[in-house]
Amino acid sequence: MFDDIVAGVLAGKVAAGARVIRWLDDRDPRGSAVVRQIFPATGRAQIVGITGPPGAGKSTLTDMLVAELRRRELRVGVIAIDPSSPFTGGAILGDRVRMARHALDPGVFIRSMGTRGQAGGLSRSTHGACLILDAMGYDLIIVETVGVGQEEIDIVHLAHTTVIVGVPGLGDEVQAVKAGLLEAGDIFVINKADREGYLATHRQYEMMLHLRETSRRNPDPAGWSVPLLRAVAQNNEGGPELADAILAHLDALEASGAFARRSATREREHVLGLVRDHLMRRSLTAESDAVMAQVEARLIDPYTAAEKMLALIGTGGKLK
Amino acid sequence: MQDDPKQRLRVLLAKLGMDTHTVGITIIGHALREAGIEVIFTGLKQTPEMVAAAAIQEDVDVVGVSSLSAGHTRSLPKLARLLREQGAGDKLLIVGGVIPEEDQPHLLEAGIDRIFTMGTDTRDIVRYLEEWWTQKQAQGSAWGHV
Repeated sequence: MFDDIVAGVLAGKVAAGARVIRWLDDRDPRGSAVVRQIFPATGRAQIVGITGPPGAGKSTLTDMLVAELRRRELRVGVIAIDPSSPFTGGAILGDRVRMARHALDPGVFIRSMGTRGQAGGLSRSTHGACLILDAMGYDLIIVETVGVGQEEIDIVHLAHTTVIVGVPGLGDEVQAVKAGLLEAGDIFVINKADREGYLATHRQYEMMLHLRETSRRNPDPAGWSVPLLRAVAQNNEGGPELADAILAHLDALEASGAFARRSATREREHVLGLVRDHLMRRSLTAESDAVMAQVEARLIDPYTAAEKMLALIGTGGKLK
Repeated sequence: MQDDPKQRLRVLLAKLGMDTHTVGITIIGHALREAGIEVIFTGLKQTPEMVAAAAIQEDVDVVGVSSLSAGHTRSLPKLARLLREQGAGDKLLIVGGVIPEEDQPHLLEAGIDRIFTMGTDTRDIVRYLEEWWTQKQAQGSAWGHV
């Protein structure tokens, strides 16, 4: 059965890919076993991150983008992430609601994921899920992050192309300049551009992008000049321009060799994330709990406790 | 925290046809989230084909349909059949809402696993799902076949 699933993923079978993503999310060891097998078949897809503050219209924009990419006969995988409750672990994943028109299109695969305790706007197994969709043969994989604030930019290390979605009337100029997000994007879109305040927001973004351009020490290695686009996703405005920009960015990355560099960053981050996750789980044992209890009782200090816990962890162990 | 993998129950909640009453399904969704379940909403005006496709892409364990304005006597059996035909017959299919007594035998026969009528306490639904899930995991079939 395991071999059937590996073969199913490589043949692009939806049920097989869907099941492996579940395994990865649940830390079932069969998930990582499949990734070990299919990894050679990955590395081809363009991974596109869509991020921005809550309420910016990321899902609606994604829906419009998927429709436009389908018109160009590209196969699209979508990973839509919503927050899990830090208290119960439960989640309400509602991004599909805005993408219902693609439900029966065999060229589109949409998967909703809860963050499951992961900070940074992604879910624990987003990297792994991207590998599965890549092996299934999707040309583009769109990762829609949870609504993010000023520094949750893990998506930048996951995606080849990061699209930042803004909306009129959120925050002032200072907010825009200090936000880590704005330093990172490859493409900017102001959505809901029919709203009041669009011109002011556009001006702020334009100035910020200009500052970013002129304060750069070295020119962008891909020779890419960051576009600032306008969209009203609800009315289906701005889709072709966004798709053009994403595909042009891919061309620029490939022409300059930056595609391979960004892929390398991805893999590096994936590995480090797995190690971090594993160490964190290994550090939470009954013995380590006893160490932390000593700090709570103020018998030892936090630094000494951390050293004791690190000594307890040791090395080795198979990753799930 | 244990090192063993822990499966988190995933439930797809859907509304079929022209039924646009969303209060019930929203309340259920929040109750399930409180119980630590991952709930996926598909939105309104879904066809049985759309719900079956979403259930497979999302690899959920349970498909819950809220039905408050008839239409269920045709669309629900169709959904049950599509899930079976697409190799997803092991998913639990439940329905809640306004389901007249006389329709129930027909629905149960067509492959709907459980019917919750109006006035059901959400805690009863959560308890039912938790018991079903515990049993399914104990059988070791929860990661069943693809």
